Amino acid sequence: MKRYGLWKYILILLVLSFGVIYSLPNLYSPDPAVQVSYNSSSQSADVNLQNRIQSVLDSDSLLSKIELNDDYVLIRLESYEEQLKAKDLLSSGLGSDVIIALNLAQTTPDWLSDIGGEPMKLGLDLRGGVHFLMQVDTEAAIKNRQNGTLQDIRRRLREEKIRYTNAYIDEDLSIVLSFNDETNTTTADSFIDDNYPQFAGSPQPNSNNSIKLVLAEEEVDQIESDAIDQNLTTLRNRVNELGVSEPIVQRQGKKRIVVQLPGIQDTAEAKKILGKTATLEFHLEAQLDTPRSRKTSYPFKGNRGAPAFLQDALILSGDQVATAQASFDENGFPQVNITLDGEGGSRMHRATRGNIGKRLGVLFVEQKTRTVYQRGADGNQVPTQETYEVKEIISLATIRAALGTSFRITGLDSPSESSELALLLRAGALAAPMRFVEERTVGPSLGADNIQAGIFSMELGMALVLLFILFYYRVFGVAASLALSFNIVLLVAIMSILSATLTLPGIAGIVLTVGMAVDANVLIFSRIREELKRGRKPLDAIDAGYNKAFLTIWDANVTTLIVAVILLSYGSGPIKGFAITLSIGIITSMFTAIMGTRAFVNLIYGSKKDLTRLSI
Amino acid sequence: MSFNIDFLAWRKLALIVSSIFLVVSISSLLIKGLNWGLDFTGGTLVELSYPNGAEIDSIRDTLRSEGFEGAQVANFGSNKEVLIKLPGTISDSLGSEIISLLKKQNLNEDIDLRRIEYVGPQIGSELRDDGGTAMLIALAFMMLYIAFRFQSRFAGAAVIALMHDVIIVVGIFSLLQIDSDLTGLAALLAVIGYSLNDTIVVSDRIRENIRAMDTEDVNEIINTSLNQTLGRTLVTSLTTLLVLFSLYLLGGELIKNFALALIFGVIVGTYSSIYIASNALIMMGLSKDHLKEEEPENSDNNLP
Repeated sequence: MKRYGLWKYILILLVLSFGVIYSLPNLYSPDPAVQVSYNSSSQSADVNLQNRIQSVLDSDSLLSKIELNDDYVLIRLESYEEQLKAKDLLSSGLGSDVIIALNLAQTTPDWLSDIGGEPMKLGLDLRGGVHFLMQVDTEAAIKNRQNGTLQDIRRRLREEKIRYTNAYIDEDLSIVLSFNDETNTTTADSFIDDNYPQFAGSPQPNSNNSIKLVLAEEEVDQIESDAIDQNLTTLRNRVNELGVSEPIVQRQGKKRIVVQLPGIQDTAEAKKILGKTATLEFHLEAQLDTPRSRKTSYPFKGNRGAPAFLQDALILSGDQVATAQASFDENGFPQVNITLDGEGGSRMHRATRGNIGKRLGVLFVEQKTRTVYQRGADGNQVPTQETYEVKEIISLATIRAALGTSFRITGLDSPSESSELALLLRAGALAAPMRFVEERTVGPSLGADNIQAGIFSMELGMALVLLFILFYYRVFGVAASLALSFNIVLLVAIMSILSATLTLPGIAGIVLTVGMAVDANVLIFSRIREELKRGRKPLDAIDAGYNKAFLTIWDANVTTLIVAVILLSYGSGPIKGFAITLSIGIITSMFTAIMGTRAFVNLIYGSKKDLTRLSI
Repeated sequence: MSFNIDFLAWRKLALIVSSIFLVVSISSLLIKGLNWGLDFTGGTLVELSYPNGAEIDSIRDTLRSEGFEGAQVANFGSNKEVLIKLPGTISDSLGSEIISLLKKQNLNEDIDLRRIEYVGPQIGSELRDDGGTAMLIALAFMMLYIAFRFQSRFAGAAVIALMHDVIIVVGIFSLLQIDSDLTGLAALLAVIGYSLNDTIVVSDRIRENIRAMDTEDVNEIINTSLNQTLGRTLVTSLTTLLVLFSLYLLGGELIKNFALALIFGVIVGTYSSIYIASNALIMMGLSKDHLKEEEPENSDNNLP
């Protein structure tokens, strides 16, 4: 029989200890915790905040451990009831300048986390939470940009004294300009060619004295990716305002954003905040002599007044808001206190300085979604979602003095509306409206049930398989059982190191791996039995068994691995979770079932030269 | 375990049995069709838990009277859990609307939200396409690998065995009206992997015996190979079935269908690797010459 080299034993021991160490963090169950941070992102958590928390909690003698981290203060609690109690206490006891979120704090010992030991991440189906997939309506962003350019072109053409008869945005989002004679057309054409490089090719005048300006492809791509980037930033801000620990906000594909909020229970509220595109616009009220083409009539929000005409020229929008806080005015009506950034402040000052006595209108702009039916290719009515814009006046007040960077806005319906508006202004506007194309919410009770069921079925499945192989293969069964347990340890360790997410289908993948990992050993052991029957000596039979089974095991595992890897790259959601544990399991099982059992068998039988029978 | 069964004597019977299964599966697919899950149809799903037991009829009436016409209401797992499905809907807010409606109806009861799922129509069709692509690519790559490792006749036989298994498992989905969703697709792909695994073990032995045995009779070689691998085939199927049954019984409602599909898949896959793959090899006229010309692989030199 072949000797098993020392280095192989050392390798197995090394892998085994690696597996044990890096799977260890999963044994430490996390503490229920509350985390508190300042709601202004520029301010990091400090001792001051820690002391305030301490005094709130001391008043109710809650058992807790308070830790100061870079961005937040973490309060560990003994139980989930105390966690909720602490959150309520802190919500009422601390001011409105903080965000309070429930969290699960790791309890991995320092020596483990120092060498990179972390527990596996649990998927939302195991810990509860929401998964949203949002589609960004980039067309709206392009239309918006074209609108701005159109305003600009109109103004510049007037300045250049080039007379145009019509200027509008066409259905294909191109800008169309028309003129009443050829001279104006060619002058405008070369003027635009020189000043607006964002349009594709050089704009060609039509026979009917009009010019069509189509955005260049790179320009469209740029606008789209800018819009998605801004939406990502805004969503991150909003998610932070919601107070969620370990949220995920990520781009997926070309036009989609994934948002995952563990532990959130009020999904309707979360959706309202995330998808909302409300912002403000400030316009001067149109005067009687303002030409029709430069003013628009808007209704009052909640029909609190007659519709009024505002000038189309924009003084500033919600983008220039630096901070916003909801509060109440002296009569107890909700209001929002706004502070503009420097540029916004000077624009506001310039616009209001010369218009004292006139009225300033505040427009509440919101993107909404509605369902429309379109005739599809097959002639049937196909429902599709479409976004549209609603602009309503929330206040129209006389300017008494030039405004600066700080002022307040009234005319809101309720305190919840004012706090929502303040939140949205703080977090920033979305560059393009978004709609929810997928939602998966798992309640906390289902999450807990899933964990319990997953672990329970894994334990039972494992126990049944171990019992069977011990009974069926005796000493060799011990080798296979050890290899199987070792396989699970390794799998968990690798999942932890890759910080892969464990989901319920992932647990199913592990359970399936347990069933299939035995196959390698069954193949080897039945070969050994066959060789013994043919009259080979025990040690030779072991050799032959391992050697002959190897190629079969290899082929069988490679084909299964092909399936798993393709599932991993094409699948989504539940499929991915299943595929990841299956692929890792196949690889680890090859190692444990072949090298692991061989080492064990050699230790037991390797030195017995005159062996006459095997316990198999 | 040592067997000496004349498998090939049962060839004709196996062909008849398989044909019956295939005909039943295909007719069920044509008549009943598949019960497409939310992942592929798009729509809304809500799972709620009523601590004192749910009254399905009154929930159904409430929803109907409030205009949720197509709502399918059923118990899920126990009589406390209710599953409400609205396939094909395209508004993302229906889930929350249903919940607040039902909570209003049962003010004195603490209804627990278990799960809301909403899949938009576009996502549904994308998931369908991606799933189909994944399956085809997986099949193609496995065929390539087998053709490369063995010989094209083996790849052909494996494809036939796989088709057989996939059609029967999908047929079972249709007969029992199991939800065909992403989880079902994962189960189907796992069945493919498993069945192929079995087929490879048998093919491997056939290849080895073609080189090792003195006889020219391919049928005898195949029969011997099947007998030699039967012990392994049964033991592996048994251990896999053990874990699948524990998943089916204890893994919770969400895993139940997955485990069920795999249980059928393992049984069908075991059967097909014995009868279908070998039958196909014989029918495609495998002879000793097909493998003799190749460089014989001395597997004794391959270290584990």
